[in-house]
Amino acid sequence: MRVARLLRGLALSALLSGSAPALAVTPDEILPDPQLEARARALSHELRCMVCQNQSIDDSDAPLAHDLRVLVRERLKAGDSDSQVLDFLVARYGEFVLLRPRFEWYTAPLWLAPIGLLLIGGITVLVAVRSRRGIAAKAEPPAPLSKSEQARLAELTKPGRG
Amino acid sequence: MIAELGHYALVLALAIALIQSTVPLYGARRADAVLMGVAEPTALAQFGFVAFSFGALVACYVTSDFSVATVFENSHSAMPLIYKFTSVWGNHEGSMLLWVLILSVFGAMVAAFGSNIPATLKATVLAVQSWVAAAFYLFILATSNPFLRLPQAPFEGRDLNPILQDFGLAVHPPMLYLGYVGFSISFAFAIAALIEGRIDAAWARWVRPWTLIAWIFLTLGIAMGSYWAYYTLGWGGWWGWDPVENASFMPWLAGTALLHSALVMEKREALKVWTLLLAILTFSLSLIGTFLVRSGVLTSVHAFASDPMRGIFILAILVLFIGGALTIFAWRAPVLKQGGLFAPISREGALVLNNLLLTVTCGTVLFGTLWPIVTEAFGYKISVGPPYFNWTFGPLFAILLAVVPFGPLLPWKRGDLRGVTQRLTAAFVLALAGILVVCVMEGRPVLAAFGVGIAAFVIVGALTDIVERTGLWRATFPIALRRAAGLPRSAWGTTFAHIGLGITLLGIVGETQWGSEQIVSLRPGDKVSLRHYDFTFEGTAARAGPNYRELATRFAVRRNGELIGEMVPLKKSFQARGMTTTEAALMTRGVSQIYVSLGDVSQDGAIAVRLYHKPLVLLIWLGAVVMAIGGAFSLSDRRLRVGAPKPAKARAALQPAE
Repeated sequence: MRVARLLRGLALSALLSGSAPALAVTPDEILPDPQLEARARALSHELRCMVCQNQSIDDSDAPLAHDLRVLVRERLKAGDSDSQVLDFLVARYGEFVLLRPRFEWYTAPLWLAPIGLLLIGGITVLVAVRSRRGIAAKAEPPAPLSKSEQARLAELTKPGRG
Repeated sequence: MIAELGHYALVLALAIALIQSTVPLYGARRADAVLMGVAEPTALAQFGFVAFSFGALVACYVTSDFSVATVFENSHSAMPLIYKFTSVWGNHEGSMLLWVLILSVFGAMVAAFGSNIPATLKATVLAVQSWVAAAFYLFILATSNPFLRLPQAPFEGRDLNPILQDFGLAVHPPMLYLGYVGFSISFAFAIAALIEGRIDAAWARWVRPWTLIAWIFLTLGIAMGSYWAYYTLGWGGWWGWDPVENASFMPWLAGTALLHSALVMEKREALKVWTLLLAILTFSLSLIGTFLVRSGVLTSVHAFASDPMRGIFILAILVLFIGGALTIFAWRAPVLKQGGLFAPISREGALVLNNLLLTVTCGTVLFGTLWPIVTEAFGYKISVGPPYFNWTFGPLFAILLAVVPFGPLLPWKRGDLRGVTQRLTAAFVLALAGILVVCVMEGRPVLAAFGVGIAAFVIVGALTDIVERTGLWRATFPIALRRAAGLPRSAWGTTFAHIGLGITLLGIVGETQWGSEQIVSLRPGDKVSLRHYDFTFEGTAARAGPNYRELATRFAVRRNGELIGEMVPLKKSFQARGMTTTEAALMTRGVSQIYVSLGDVSQDGAIAVRLYHKPLVLLIWLGAVVMAIGGAFSLSDRRLRVGAPKPAKARAALQPAE
């Protein structure tokens, strides 16, 4: 039920499951307390439907996603905090359930990539600029114009020439 | 018979591609005009044969020849003609054939219209492009033959995947491929420049139109795909940071960087080596995208390993071309002479910053897409989804957008930041006004106010340049108008493209921050309200289509008690595959939309309905269209039509032996 599904339909239509894009969150799942429901929806966006291809449980209409949505709501009703709900699901299903991986040694490169790339790129640019400048500074200044060249220049810039 | 002819034509195209990839190259090294001259007719012939092959496949689909395996798998005799036609590329084999068709179209276009390119460069470019073509012909013939016959022809086909039975399939893949594959020309130009060991401003001018064409189509292709998914999937979203989407977005980011760095090279002869590298990387990302989508590696590393033939073949192509290109780059790039110098605060400096940020965002997307595959190979299964990308890509792109207006206002070589900031006063003021208005009117999400501020800054900043150059406030209107017409088209191109960015951002802010949603269970006669709209569920009707049955539900929409229209979301069931699809109903109000899609029907006749109000949502795609219009303006710039003045020496080498 997302762009991916379409593109996958194009890409791997053989692999595409036969399930229909129906509604993900169904009316009977919704909690009467709007605040709790809003938290449930926000959490649902962070959780992966593990039998789907890259869908959050909020987007997926798979039975597993339904079960997980109900589970999240039950935990919230029982008074869990958001992080407690996530901890509970990770303990049950592993890190795979989180769409935003936690910082671990094996996800460190992932989280450091943007800053790292920015630093590496920025330093490269600085070094390149400095070395170019160095080359330019070291380059010999152009030789002063010779007598004949000066005469030619004066001739060329003389007022009155077309 | 037609299928066999198509197959044979593809084999001939491969043979021609092999000639085209070697003979002109040898000719260019020997400065032999006759051998170099082989490139053009072979490029045209290659296109001819691939077009014939593609035409043959189309004929198989249109006539529903189910003895051909792919037709049987993906078509149905009862399908409307348009879908019979589009289902040609609604599957792996056919879409690869479309891929090479477009590749050969670009080759033929360079051969036919590249008359201002020096002969040696042109011959080398066409040869390099043909290496890519040959590799993919071989891939199709060896692993993905679309013309494979079944031993016994079935009576009926298995139908096209219902979610693809839409007009979007007619437009989205061809456009996306025109973009993806178009970057092969920039790639070929880059490799040719490295082989020749010579690159100058004229090179940038010759490559620019091809890069622009590819970029325009990629922009439209991505936007079209996004809108298609939005209206057809009933999910209400338009972008999901899925690897398949990222695969098309990464070449766009790199290609955008390429357009900007090529500009520096053309005007100032600087950033030569970087531009070459970027041209190589952009097409490499297109290839990586093809690999990700085609190999099955996305489903799981293990799915890839269980049926590895296609994946390994594409991986080999990937390694060969990316590795080969980077090797040539490392070997030959030091030969190239460096160009003009510039101060950090200058247009060149701004464009370097643009390139830095675009490359870093592109790298971030690449990391997010590939890292789960890497960790899975080591036994750690992780998911990287939208929350990760929103957290990392979002801030980086916000910084990029905030500096966009500075670039076009800075002079080349050396500028002064204070002057530019002063010229952007109007933009700053309007951006702040935007933030204030949003804070007062809406109050909630701070992010929304911030987004609107940046969008206003980008749009007004882009207009500032045009306003100043036409002297709109100083001169009379007719004079300003005449000046506007006299401005280089590329100046308009920049303005439109940047305005488009701002418009898209506005749409994204509106849709994500102010959208509202209702999920309810309704029975005929029930009423529901969303924002300022009241909906009455009037009833359902069952209807029959050519190859499906549909359940239509009618909603009357009222605003302040006044009837403003009717919305009819559908549920279609396709017998051939036993699949059901939903078709959302959309009502456009200005640039906002109301969106209704259906869920399951319960035993007692109640139906689950999801209603959305999506403010400003159309701006997301409208912005992309404005960007593409900017690209078209730039493409029509006089300097690209006239071409660069040729150096006298190159011209002498051009003359054929007579």
